[in-house]
Amino acid sequence: MEKRTIDLEQVRYIAHLARLELSLEEEEKFARQLGRILSYVEKLKELDTTNVPPTSHVLPLKNVFREDALGFSLSSKEALSNAPCRKDNWFKVPKIVG
Amino acid sequence: MDSYKVYIGLEVHVELSTQSKFFCGCKTKFGATPNTQVCPVCLGFPGVLPVINKKALEYTIACALALNSKINENSRFARKNYYYPDLPKNFQISQYEEPIATGGWIDIEINGQTKKIGIERVHLEEDAGKLIHGEGEDAEWSFVDCNRAGIPLMEIVSCPEINSPDEAYEYLTILRRILRYLGVSDCNMEEGSLRCDANISLGKAEMGTKTEIKNMNSFKELREGLKVEIQRQANLLKKGEKIIQETRFWDAKKKKTFSMRGKEEAHDYRYFPEPDLLPLYIDDNWTERIKANLPELPQHRFDRFIHEYKLPSYDAGVLTESREIADYFERCVRLFPKPKMVSNWIMGDFMRLIKQEGEVKIKIHPAEVADLLKEVEKGTLSTTLAKEVMEIMFKSGKGVTQIMEEKQLQQITDKKSLEKAAKQVIEENQKAVGDWQKGKSQAIKFLVGQLMKKTKGRANPQLANELIEKKLKELFGASS
Ligand SMILES: [Zn+2]
Repeated sequence: MEKRTIDLEQVRYIAHLARLELSLEEEEKFARQLGRILSYVEKLKELDTTNVPPTSHVLPLKNVFREDALGFSLSSKEALSNAPCRKDNWFKVPKIVG
Repeated sequence: MDSYKVYIGLEVHVELSTQSKFFCGCKTKFGATPNTQVCPVCLGFPGVLPVINKKALEYTIACALALNSKINENSRFARKNYYYPDLPKNFQISQYEEPIATGGWIDIEINGQTKKIGIERVHLEEDAGKLIHGEGEDAEWSFVDCNRAGIPLMEIVSCPEINSPDEAYEYLTILRRILRYLGVSDCNMEEGSLRCDANISLGKAEMGTKTEIKNMNSFKELREGLKVEIQRQANLLKKGEKIIQETRFWDAKKKKTFSMRGKEEAHDYRYFPEPDLLPLYIDDNWTERIKANLPELPQHRFDRFIHEYKLPSYDAGVLTESREIADYFERCVRLFPKPKMVSNWIMGDFMRLIKQEGEVKIKIHPAEVADLLKEVEKGTLSTTLAKEVMEIMFKSGKGVTQIMEEKQLQQITDKKSLEKAAKQVIEENQKAVGDWQKGKSQAIKFLVGQLMKKTKGRANPQLANELIEKKLKELFGASS
């Protein structure tokens, strides 16, 4: 099994994209764990896939649709009931400049 | 600046006017109370499963066909991952490597010349929610409405073959007309159902570094924003400075574009195939079926109006501006086969009244318009009166005959009663009569005008003229 490594920079970058704040210990721990996971997945490379077409999906299905019809919706009260912060009918979030 | 060539590519986003959202049964109505058209699917709750709205897909295929694009037999959706509060799932279901359609073009008219603008791709994705930024005591906060989240959003990307702000304006105009003809979107920039971002670069032999301009919220702003950005880039290049590849925001008040550098993350969307949606397979059969149901497109209709009805191109342009008007014109012509006369009426007062009412829905039945024009042709209604009748028709929905009876609007063609009125007019306007006697032929016009006024415009103008002249001669002999 080929051994893959993930460095701390990569862990920080991924954490940032996911908006996670990690301590140094966590960063080190996740770097080790992610490296192990990737090495494990590398095992797939051992398979000969010369005659296997690439796929994006595991099911042999295509074209599953619904008609354009109205269905169930939540009331705004229900929709907002788990929001940590709200005002009137709105979700309230720390200001985003954009 | 003259030595640089301008390259503009437009990314147009169009909210499709399906009843329900892309992946769930929530309404898509604009202007509803915030967060009342939402459900676990479009709010991105864990464990939900999106299912594709077939109509959204068929609308997209129809548009792609109208833009001469190639429908890809196989396409699929992808997750575009980014973190923003208007995106409940923290990813947007979009398309990446395998869009619904690729290639195509739009013909635009620029300085009387036809120019082809290439289309790169047409794909389908979901819209994000709406974000507003707090002020005053809420200055630290932003507010999210997810009603818009999950509405099907079609993206049309042009090739960088647009070479001036005017061409960009024209491209968007033509594109919007096509989309409205197809009836797939109301394309309202104020309400955000049509949005347009632009990539701009300047170059001599080849394209230079490009910037992306966002936040141009009307056709006018698109043209202004592009002009300003082109000037900014030209100034930098003249000074020998480099253009930085970045996203810039158009500020309509300051009439400037400004950099989002620092505020914007480097984009790393980590696209991957959407596991919750199955791939699409659009075969020729399906495509052909949609093609067969496409309405006649504006350009074709414009050409046909010129050939079939022998209309000037100006008329054809105005009438085919919207599908509703073009349809209406043709229904009227079927009942009153004088195209130019119908065209004059529709382009004139009709359009004015429609704009006044602010409604595209035309309440008057074409048969009523035909009746009205028949009266004008017969001479029973003067043009002025006919205009009045039309206005009443617009407001009341009443028919021509009824209005004419109620308002006693028939022209007075009865000689006797007109003669009496003519005599009165002459008696009441001695000064004009004196002028006429001195040989001022203008005086006749004045007297006829008075007669028209007296009869509230109901006198047949030709007859009025005849009678005034006759009376004057009777009373005072031939004019000098
Ligand atoms: Zn929903």
